[in-house]
Amino acid sequence: MPTTRRQFLSLAGGVTAAGTVPVVTLRPLQATPAMLNHAIRNIVGEAPIRTGRVKLDIPPLVENGNVVPMTVSVASPMTADDHVKSIHVFNEKNPQPNIGNFCLGPASGRAQVSTRIRLADTQKVVAIARLSDDTFWQVAADVVVTLAACTEEMN
Amino acid sequence: MAALINVPAKARRGDVIEIRALTSHIMETGFRHTVDGKLVPRDIITSFTCRYNGAEIFRADLFPAIAANPYLSFFTVAKESGKLEFEWIGDNGYSSTASASITVE
Repeated sequence: MPTTRRQFLSLAGGVTAAGTVPVVTLRPLQATPAMLNHAIRNIVGEAPIRTGRVKLDIPPLVENGNVVPMTVSVASPMTADDHVKSIHVFNEKNPQPNIGNFCLGPASGRAQVSTRIRLADTQKVVAIARLSDDTFWQVAADVVVTLAACTEEMN
Repeated sequence: MAALINVPAKARRGDVIEIRALTSHIMETGFRHTVDGKLVPRDIITSFTCRYNGAEIFRADLFPAIAANPYLSFFTVAKESGKLEFEWIGDNGYSSTASASITVE
C-alpha cells in the first residue's frame, strides 16, 4: 500500500518528537553589525567616537580574502603629551568582529601599523584610535572580497 | 620556529625607524571544518610584544582574523644602541622569541 501524505506527516512528526532528527547548529557564521558595535563598545565604552585623523589603507577589491594587506596610520605628533595609545581594528562579517589591538606610545615616533588580515566576505573594516587624551577617532573602509577566508572546508 | 625580523642595523639618534616582524604560524581560525564536518580547533598567536632594551615599545593582541604567518610593521624612535626583543605567545602553550641589535650614533 502506498504511504499517504497523512501517514507520512504523522510519521515525520513522531520522529521529530522523538528527537532523532539531527540537531541543526544555530551559531551564526558571520559577525553581525550588532556584534561589531558590541566589540567596539567593549573597547571604547560610552565615549563618543569621532570620525577623522585615522587613515586606513586597504585595497578596495581583493581577490583572496586569506591575505589582505592593511595599514592604519593616525595623524599625531607622538609626543609625551599628545600621542596615540592604541589602535583597534574591527570587521563586520567575519565569524568574530575583532581583528587586532595594537598598543603604541610616545616611543613609537610614528602612529602607523601594518599587518595582513583575513576577510570572510565583502564587508566594512573599521579602525579606531585611542589618543592620550582618551578621545576616540575612527575610519571605515569597504572591501569587496571575491574569494572568502576563514570558513572554507579544510582539505 | 622561523622568524624574519627587519630592523635597520644603524640609525641616527632620534630617527624614526620601521620594524618589521614575521613569524611562521598556521593561525588556524577555529571556524573551519574538515570535509566530514569536524571543527578544526583554534591554534593562533594571541599576543606579540616588542621590547627595546627591556622597555616595551609595541604590543599587539591578535585574533583569528590575522592572516597565517602573522606580519607586523610598526615604528620606534632610535634612542640608544642595544637590542630589540620580540616575543610571540599563542594557543596550546606556543611561545617563540627573536632578537635584533641596532647601533645608534
